[in-house]
Amino acid sequence: MIVWVEKDLCDGCRRCLKACPYGAIEIKDGKAEILDRCTACGVCLEVCKAKAIFSDAEPKKIPDFSDHTGVWVFAEQRNGQLNRVCLELLGKARELGDALNQEVCAVLLGSRVSDLSQTLIRYGADKVYVVQHKALTHYRTIPYADAVEALVKTHKPNIFLLGASHLGRDLAPRISRRVGCGLTADCTELSIDPEEKILLQTRPAFGGNVMATIANRYSRPQMATVRPGVMVAVPTPDNKGAVVRHPFQITESRIGVKVLETVREKKTGSDLAAAKVIVAGGRGVGDAQGFQILRELADVMGGEVAGTRVAVEEGWIPSENQVGQTGKSVRPEIYIACGVSGAIQHRAGMMHSRYIIAVNKDPRAPIFQVADWGIVGDLHEIVPEMIRQLQASSG
Amino acid sequence: MDSIVLIKQVPDTTEVQLDPKTGNLIREGLKSIINPDDAHALEAALTLKDRFGGKVTALSMGPMQAIDVMTEALGMGADAGVLLTDRAFAGADTWATSFTLARAIQQVGSWDLVFCGRQAIDGDTAQIGPQVADWLGIPQATYVFAIESVNPRHITVKRRLEDGYERLQCRLPALITVIGEMNTPRFPRVDRLLAGCREKAPIRVLNAADIGVKTREVGLEGSLTHVIQTFAPKFKREGKILEGGKEGMVRELIQRLKASEGATACRAFASTCEL
Repeated sequence: MIVWVEKDLCDGCRRCLKACPYGAIEIKDGKAEILDRCTACGVCLEVCKAKAIFSDAEPKKIPDFSDHTGVWVFAEQRNGQLNRVCLELLGKARELGDALNQEVCAVLLGSRVSDLSQTLIRYGADKVYVVQHKALTHYRTIPYADAVEALVKTHKPNIFLLGASHLGRDLAPRISRRVGCGLTADCTELSIDPEEKILLQTRPAFGGNVMATIANRYSRPQMATVRPGVMVAVPTPDNKGAVVRHPFQITESRIGVKVLETVREKKTGSDLAAAKVIVAGGRGVGDAQGFQILRELADVMGGEVAGTRVAVEEGWIPSENQVGQTGKSVRPEIYIACGVSGAIQHRAGMMHSRYIIAVNKDPRAPIFQVADWGIVGDLHEIVPEMIRQLQASSG
Repeated sequence: MDSIVLIKQVPDTTEVQLDPKTGNLIREGLKSIINPDDAHALEAALTLKDRFGGKVTALSMGPMQAIDVMTEALGMGADAGVLLTDRAFAGADTWATSFTLARAIQQVGSWDLVFCGRQAIDGDTAQIGPQVADWLGIPQATYVFAIESVNPRHITVKRRLEDGYERLQCRLPALITVIGEMNTPRFPRVDRLLAGCREKAPIRVLNAADIGVKTREVGLEGSLTHVIQTFAPKFKREGKILEGGKEGMVRELIQRLKASEGATACRAFASTCEL
C-alpha cells in the first residue's frame, strides 16, 4: 500500500505534517512530500482539506452493525468485592448510553456474586448479566474468556468497556481476539461521534507525549479499557434494573491453569508509575531532612514521594524516584510540587498529571504556569499545615 | 525446553524531548532500543535455557532496521532470530500484529513456551501477549515476576496482582508475559554480537508470503482499529494562585481538591467516598 501527494492540489497547509504520527511528511518547496518512513497509516488522508493525498488502498466497506446495541461494562470482582473501576466505567457508560439511546449492561462473573448486582444497578446499570459457576470463583483467563465470549456473541453489544486492571488487561485482549473486534487500551477519553455515532477512543501514546483518537469502524463491540481513576462513578440510587442469569459449563481440562495460592502483600518500595498522588520536592526542600515532611504528606494522602534531578544529585532521594526527562514520566491524579522551580526537563515528566499543585517561595517560578493551583509561600510552613488540615478533615 | 521470545524495537520514550514552544514531540534523533519488558522476557528464556537446555528463538516484527534487536538478542545468547518485515505489515493494530506473530510462531517449529514483555513503551497496550496466546489456543500467565518450577507438562509462576501476587500452575505449551521485576537482563557478549552481525548469522528475514498470510489480513488493512487523529496533549490549567494567610490558603486548596475529580485519588478523603 502506498500513499502519495498530488503536488498540483497541495496548498502546503501543513495539516498533514502535524497529523502524521510517524514524522514521515516534509514540506519541500511549499508542497508536502511523503518520506520513506511512511507506514501508510492513512491519517494524512483524513486531515487533508485540499484532498491532495491519495492511497492505493481500496476503502474498506463498513458493515451494517444496527443489530448491535447496548453499552456494556465488565464488573470486575475479586473475593466478592467489586473493583471500583467498574463503577467508574458505569458512570461513563451511562453517558454514552444516553447519547446513543441504548441500555447500559454490566457483566458479572464469579460464584455467589449475584448480590453485587444491586450495587451495579445503583451506579447506572439497566441490566446485569450474571454468570455463576465454581470454575469462575477465582479469576482465570480461559473460563472468564469463554463465559464473556458466549455472552457477547449471544447479545451483540455495541460498546464494551473493561477496567485496565491486571485482570482486565489479561482478559480483554482474549475476548477481542475471539469475538474478532478491535480493542483500544487505557483510554483517557471516550465520547460518541455526533455524526457517525461511533465511539471515539482517545489515549496517550509514546509515553504520554502524544494523544491519539482511535475509531473502531469495522467490528463490534467497540472494545476499550480504561485505567482506574480516570472516569467518575455516578451514583443513581433510584435506578431500577433487571438481573439476567446465564448458564455456563466448562471442564477443568479445558482451563489449563490452577491458582495454587493468592498472597496479599503490603506494598514495599515506591511505584511512581502507579501512584495516584505524588508529592515532589526540588531544590527548595533544602536537605534530606526536608523530604521527611514531604513523605508525611504523601502518607496522609496515600501517595509517593518523588524529586527533581537536583534532589537526586544532592542525594536527598534515590534516583529511582526522579521525575523528569532523565527520570520517570508520571501521570498521577494529583502532583504536588514543593520547592520545585519547574524547569522544562522536570515538566516533561509530570505535565500530564491530572491536577498539579505548586508550592514555591518565588512567585515567578515557571512551575506556577503549569499548575492548577499555586501557593506562594515557604513549603516548610505550608506542607505541615496541609498535613494538619488533611488529618483533621479525615477525622 | 524450547522458547520463542517476542521482541519489539521501540523508540526510547524516556529520552523523548518536547519542543518547549509547541509542546510537540521532537522525533529527530530518537534512539531505538529493545523494548525494556522484552529484554526481561529474553532474560527469563535464557535463564531457563541455562538450567534445562533447549533453544531460544527471538521473533520480531518491524522495519528492516529492527535487525539490530535481533543481533542484540543473539549477543545476549539467543540461538536464532526471526525478523518479520514487509511493507504490508506496517500500520498494524494489535489485532493484525498478534495474528502475524501467531502465524510466524506456528512456522518456527516446535516450542514449549512463548515469552513476551508485558507491554511496549511506545504503545503501552499489553494486548499482544494475550492475543497471541488466543490465536495459538494456549493458556497464558501475564505479569509474571518469578518462575518457580518447570517440568515437561507444567510451569509454575508467580503473577503480580495490584495487592500482592498469585501462584499459578500453567499447562504447557503456554505464553508468559514478563514484568521488569523478574530479573536483570544480561549484557550482550562482544564475540556473540560480532557473530550476530555476520552474514551467516542465524537470522531469518521473512515476509508476508513466507509466513503464508495475505496482505489484506495484516498491517493497516488487516487492522480493526484506526488512528483518526493525533494531537499534543493539552491541559487546561486553572493557574490559580491562592491568596490569604497560611491557614486560609491551605483550606481553600483542600476544598478545591475535594471538589475536583482528583478527590478519589487521595486517601485522606476516602471516608467521604462510597465503596
